[in-house]
Amino acid sequence: MTVPTDRSGAAADTIRGGLRRRRVRAQVRGVPLPLLVPALIGVAFLVVPLIALLVRAPWRSLPELLTSAEVWQALRLSLVCATAATAVSLVVGVPLAWLLARVEFPGRGLLRALVTLPLVLPPVVGGVALLMALGRNGIVGKTLDSWFGVTLPFTTAGVVVAEAFVAMPFLVISVEGTLRAADPRYEEAAATLGASRFTAFRRVTLPLIAPGIAAGAVLAWARALGEFGATITFAGNFPGRTQTMPLAVYLALQSDPEAAIALSLVLLAVSVAVLAGLRDRWMTAG
Amino acid sequence: MTEPEPKKSTAAQRTVHDVHDARDVRDVRDRHDVNDVRPADSLADELDVRRAGATADGLDAHLVVQRGAFRLDVTLNVAPGEVVALLGPNGAGKTTALRALAGLTPLTDGRLRLDGSALDGTPPESRPVGVVFQDYLLFPHLTALDNVAFGPRCQGATKAEARAQAAEWLDRLGLAAHAGAKPRRLSGGQAQRVALARALATRPRLLLLDEPLAALDARTRLEVRAQLRRHLAEFEAVAVLVTHDPLDAMVLADRLVVVEHGRVVQEGAPSDIARHPRTDYIAQLVGLNLYRGEADGHTVRLDAGPPITTTEVLSGPVFVAFPPSAVTLYRDRPTGASARNLWHCEVAGLETHGDQIRADLTGELPLAADLTTVAAAELDLHPGARVWAAVKATQTHAYPV
Repeated sequence: MTVPTDRSGAAADTIRGGLRRRRVRAQVRGVPLPLLVPALIGVAFLVVPLIALLVRAPWRSLPELLTSAEVWQALRLSLVCATAATAVSLVVGVPLAWLLARVEFPGRGLLRALVTLPLVLPPVVGGVALLMALGRNGIVGKTLDSWFGVTLPFTTAGVVVAEAFVAMPFLVISVEGTLRAADPRYEEAAATLGASRFTAFRRVTLPLIAPGIAAGAVLAWARALGEFGATITFAGNFPGRTQTMPLAVYLALQSDPEAAIALSLVLLAVSVAVLAGLRDRWMTAG
Repeated sequence: MTEPEPKKSTAAQRTVHDVHDARDVRDVRDRHDVNDVRPADSLADELDVRRAGATADGLDAHLVVQRGAFRLDVTLNVAPGEVVALLGPNGAGKTTALRALAGLTPLTDGRLRLDGSALDGTPPESRPVGVVFQDYLLFPHLTALDNVAFGPRCQGATKAEARAQAAEWLDRLGLAAHAGAKPRRLSGGQAQRVALARALATRPRLLLLDEPLAALDARTRLEVRAQLRRHLAEFEAVAVLVTHDPLDAMVLADRLVVVEHGRVVQEGAPSDIARHPRTDYIAQLVGLNLYRGEADGHTVRLDAGPPITTTEVLSGPVFVAFPPSAVTLYRDRPTGASARNLWHCEVAGLETHGDQIRADLTGELPLAADLTTVAAAELDLHPGARVWAAVKATQTHAYPV
């Protein structure tokens, strides 16, 4: 093939673009109806509620609704608790992921199943379980209360505990996956250079899997931010102390639907921001 | 005859050219004349002297690693300053041996002593061992300087000290200009030298190199091989390298240890191994036709095949070797042949081999023969053609098993 001149090159590009468009159209035409129709219904099912939220939003009174003290209180509490829960998840979740990915021990599969159970467990059940463990009369909570005077249920710390319980498995699974994909021979190379296993983890593995940890942390944070069931069960619903955004939305819906919509919009915006932050990782799959 | 059997013509051609280069690098080695029957005793003496030194200082290892059905059982004695190459086909257990030396794979049995102290139970981070990995494994998030400083840092140097040492090593390897570069910005040859600097910066008593040149393209390889040879010559402690490339092994190492199926099948100076191969694998590597049989005077009766007449007078089990260039091919049975070995063969394949053609023959005796393009055309050689192959007795070389 000879090198085309500018004009013929441009023409070729146009032709090629046209071909591509035609090919795309042909591909769409080739999709069988029994697949296309349910797929479109699925799209509508997922997208229409979000559109409805935007359509019904009380745009005019929105600034007023969102600047109320209650909203700010709930939003601040949500952000603080979700961030704290993510921090807790990172501190214990990353080492846990490393253990699951790098150390061979009997019962590893069982342990992995156990720690990821909260992923599929109904959050309310998680809340009840937390009460049984960390409540005033719980098997651990009793000791915490009598020895250290620490009470977790129905406190802001309780919100963090409930959110971390639900969100940490997301982080563990994400980081473990990244660790498994990372070449363990870098750790071997570090060992031959005199690094202990911990030094190798800290100075080599951790920087290498940082993107995976970040993605896992964002995922856990988003999950913690939306946490409802475990939080309301374990920490209750006290404005300013344990009432996070999702609880506020639920409560507002019963008394002031417009406020509920406004609060929902804030959470939607946060979710979109999270997705935008992760787009490099997940939305390029196609 | 140092060329390996040209199964893949491109690889073979590369090796042919490389051999000439190797000769320049190490002209001391005369491994081209089969008839040079230098007594093996002097070589053995040389090795014995080295081994005697190795018992006190250096590496004294008997590596046994059992993994499923595969068993590695290799004994290695290397004196300080000596460079030994573990040479063998893929899957022979060379890398397992290297990993066992580094402590990355536990020994099932055997012993491992370095400079008189046992290393068997020592974890890899506490062994005075430096490793240059096949794909270097430079830490991608650290600069070349910090990669090299990593070892000194782990050994307790302060950040400033470690960096100063690293800068010195990079300078010594001619990489001062690339100290701030991340590994992905380095060329293959530069990355290889950074990996070497990183391994040397821990001041190891045992330097291990896993296929040090395998990741490089042919051009870089020549240059890096010569440089690596120089750096290894300067290294005062034990160096063990693993390779499947005979040329790398011969250029870089003082002594070869050939490993097949987890066992040492032959070891010695490169020239000795090139002259006296003991397995088909080595014979192919060094480009010799190799047969095993029973000698009776000038005649060697092969285990399978016709007798071969040799100049040596031997008895008992022997190897007979001759280079492909010693074979002369005839279309018709030659008459009046003197003390000649003559076999009726069939051409199985033809390959270009530098400016020569190598014919792969089957029939009475399977062998490889080199001839010029002109000769091949005159003989009208093609796969399936019947030819007579002759080898003068003086061109063969027999030696006891």
